[in-house]
Amino acid sequence: MATQLATHIVTFQLNGRPHAVTVAPLTTLRTALREDLHLHATKAGCGQGGCGSCTVLLDNELVLSCLVPVTLVDGRSVTTLEGIGGPGRLHPLQEAFHDHFAAQCGYCTAGMIMAAKWLLDRNPNPTRAEIQMALAGNLCRCTGYVPIIEAIEDAARRMSKGVKR
Amino acid sequence: MSVMRGRGIASANYPTGMNLGGDPTQALVFCQPTGTFSVKLASTDLGQGLKTVIGQIAAEALGVPLESVVVDTGDTDSAPHDMGTFASRATHRAGNAVIMAATEAKKVLLEVAAEEMEAAPEDLEVRDGQVSVKGTPQRTMSVFDIALAAHFKQGRTISGRGIYLKPKSAIDPETGACDPDSTEAHVTTVADVEVDTETGEVTVLRLASAYEVGRQVNPQMVQGQITGGAVMGMAHTLMESVFPYYPALDHHPGNFGEYVIPTAVDLPELHHVVLEYPSSNGPYGVKGVGEMTANSPIPAIVNAIHDAVGVFVTELPVTPEKVLRALRAKEQL
Amino acid sequence: MKQLGIVGQSVKRSDGIGHVTGQTEYVDDVFYPGMLWLKMVRSPVSRGRIRRVDTSRAERLPGVTAVVTAKDVPNNWYTILCLIGIEPNDEPVLADEEVMYEGEPICAVVAETEDIAREAASLVKLEIDEQEPVLDVEYALTADAPAIKKWGNNTFMYDGMNHRRLRFGDVDRGFEEADHIVEGTYQMTPIEHVPMETHVCVVKPEPNGRLTIHSNTQALYFTMDNTAIILKVPSNRLRLVGGTVGGGFGGKVDVITEPVTSIAAMKTGRPVKWRWTREEEFRRSSVRGACKMEYRDGVMKDGRIVARKVRSIHDAGAYHRHSPYGVQKNMANLPGPYSIPNVWVDCYCVYTNRQPSSAMRGFAVTEATFAVEVQMDKIASVIGMDPWEIRMVNAYRNGHMRPVRKVVEDATLLETLKAAAQLVGHELPARVRDMHSDDYAGVAEPVQP
Repeated sequence: MATQLATHIVTFQLNGRPHAVTVAPLTTLRTALREDLHLHATKAGCGQGGCGSCTVLLDNELVLSCLVPVTLVDGRSVTTLEGIGGPGRLHPLQEAFHDHFAAQCGYCTAGMIMAAKWLLDRNPNPTRAEIQMALAGNLCRCTGYVPIIEAIEDAARRMSKGVKR
Repeated sequence: MSVMRGRGIASANYPTGMNLGGDPTQALVFCQPTGTFSVKLASTDLGQGLKTVIGQIAAEALGVPLESVVVDTGDTDSAPHDMGTFASRATHRAGNAVIMAATEAKKVLLEVAAEEMEAAPEDLEVRDGQVSVKGTPQRTMSVFDIALAAHFKQGRTISGRGIYLKPKSAIDPETGACDPDSTEAHVTTVADVEVDTETGEVTVLRLASAYEVGRQVNPQMVQGQITGGAVMGMAHTLMESVFPYYPALDHHPGNFGEYVIPTAVDLPELHHVVLEYPSSNGPYGVKGVGEMTANSPIPAIVNAIHDAVGVFVTELPVTPEKVLRALRAKEQL
Repeated sequence: MKQLGIVGQSVKRSDGIGHVTGQTEYVDDVFYPGMLWLKMVRSPVSRGRIRRVDTSRAERLPGVTAVVTAKDVPNNWYTILCLIGIEPNDEPVLADEEVMYEGEPICAVVAETEDIAREAASLVKLEIDEQEPVLDVEYALTADAPAIKKWGNNTFMYDGMNHRRLRFGDVDRGFEEADHIVEGTYQMTPIEHVPMETHVCVVKPEPNGRLTIHSNTQALYFTMDNTAIILKVPSNRLRLVGGTVGGGFGGKVDVITEPVTSIAAMKTGRPVKWRWTREEEFRRSSVRGACKMEYRDGVMKDGRIVARKVRSIHDAGAYHRHSPYGVQKNMANLPGPYSIPNVWVDCYCVYTNRQPSSAMRGFAVTEATFAVEVQMDKIASVIGMDPWEIRMVNAYRNGHMRPVRKVVEDATLLETLKAAAQLVGHELPARVRDMHSDDYAGVAEPVQP
């Protein structure tokens, strides 16, 4: 079916820069990111909206990119893990995740950090319970979540001290 | 109808290495011209941190800084045989193989250094990437310069081969006599729970464990296994089943809405201490800790439920339905 | 314990920056130009005979490049256990005559996109004569049950016996001596590993005739050697690349994606990716097998366990996978970390028509620990003893003989009990407070070889 349908050109801001993809209409944002734009930080954990591994920000709101048709992001702004920091220019959340051993296998990490960024953007000093609630849509099978929660608490402290953001 | 609290304990052993042995792992170590040591092995890092601990073990055995060790895993074209990452064997087997390979490489390193420094190899020691004459610390030479000399002056290869194999043993079919482990790690876990006798819901308030895992190569990573395993064990006890009405096939789950694993909001308080009694055959006394951490929480929680409400629910997972059925059966006695 | 240098320090993960920046490359991040996608057609029934597999409609769908059926598999046996001496082979790579569980692979379709492959898979027409599945292990063990295995029964055969056994001391005499008999039955149901990364394999044919196989297997050489046997090629034709896995927990030791993906790549001459869906991970991949363990213990008034008899039944599902190995590991651990002079264990590896079980974190020991440790509390409650005390009284010490006839060394069970008591502020009974693993002075008599 997919091949027989017309393709669409979708233009959007991706990590602060304009991008365009030519896709079949039901292509998900996740597939466009991973397979057309080759940004691989965003993971395909379930394709059912159940695990959070594909979490990204759409106009600064948290979305599961496996459930968002990419045509819906036309003219909008998408932020992935690659957009918030990279090797040599780590975001405080990335630094804290590294320091606290918050990534074991690393497959949930992108989604976890994006969910944490969404939280800290709105609530710079969250309680532990608020952090836990913000992560409730993101599954991790390795860590037992504790180092992830501690990393977010630490990142919040670092960011509130005016460390680079 | 009320919420009842209870405490349960469970102890456990866990074998390191494949049951019956027969599971080798090899490693190769070689020195590059400027003193970087490359460790080649085909072992797999599942997230537990094998690449990191192998680097630590190699640096320790060679006497060089961690930064000058490069661990290359995961390519059968470039690395020798490894049985695989399972059976709590990877750090034990690969670590031993790496120590053996590093020891052989270090022997050559010292022989090259001895010739350059005009000293006997047995009088030399390596520390922090410097070779020095024991007792005469001013007579030193860097591993960097020794590696250059080996490559371009003496024409020697600073390298080593390592393997760890516990030979395969047989089971006596009549008595079951066998050799099931290389060493055993141990744990005792204490679980505190609340049981709602109206809904049957069990809440794990706290899991506190004392582990003994031999020497820890990287304590934070051991903690990572303990914490992750505690939550997995809790989920096995209370939440998870591929066939919830086993042996019937009904309600076979196909997504995360139907097969529930814990999220960050489902956590109990987690505490632990780690004791270290080095094993006789592990690298620097290591025992395997990867698998055991999900085990003791299961019976500890079941025992805590019994302590709270007086019933042993002995079929997993302990769903609210099973708790209520057990309570009803007890009332009818 | 001697202090070391870098060993013992919590240095940061060498792959940590890669993980937190999303730069770590996993198998699903491998893409090649012209890469094809594979999807599996699976059995809709739990047991049946395959009458016909009609792939013609799938093959006609534009974008479909190949269909792989059992005929395309050079050695259509899933061979993972032959390398460790457990035979006979019992599982086809792709089913051709019969299906033994719902979801069993029958044929694969390969197409230009994942969507086309998925659609093509739905167009394959299966004609299967459904048979009544065997699902209950106790029923499977009876003479009434149909034999679902070609060798004529429903158990794995160990040295000509339908079970593994442990015999140590005289269990009947132990029961006669005992003040109490305590019984318990413990059942674990199947559990999925749930790694965040599903099974993924990418195979690229190289110009020199070799195949580069990107795999998230937990065991690269094991996977290479088994794939070579199935493809009937020398292993020098294969290169396995991996080592970075998004969670395994024992679920990625089955060599379940590499052979078929390799055949598809050989058949098409193009790179092929096979990525399992989460639904396949839950419903089709190996699980931790169900295990039922029946305990009967003879116990003295002072808490000593003097006899332990266990019957353990492991539900392997439809095929061996690693279950025959796991059952042996289960056997060794069913007595628990306790010194018991008389032990009798029978362990059965039983086949049923459900998705196969295989290794999972704690393989067969998790099951034993669950049963042993709830049983210990049951004993404590029957004889009115503190749960800490019952364990410490019976805990094995260094120098004791275990029922598998291996002398205990590296024992630290008592040390963890004492440390745990301290951790939670529990005061241990005076009788056991000073016990330790190098001390034979406990109540449990040391058992000599």
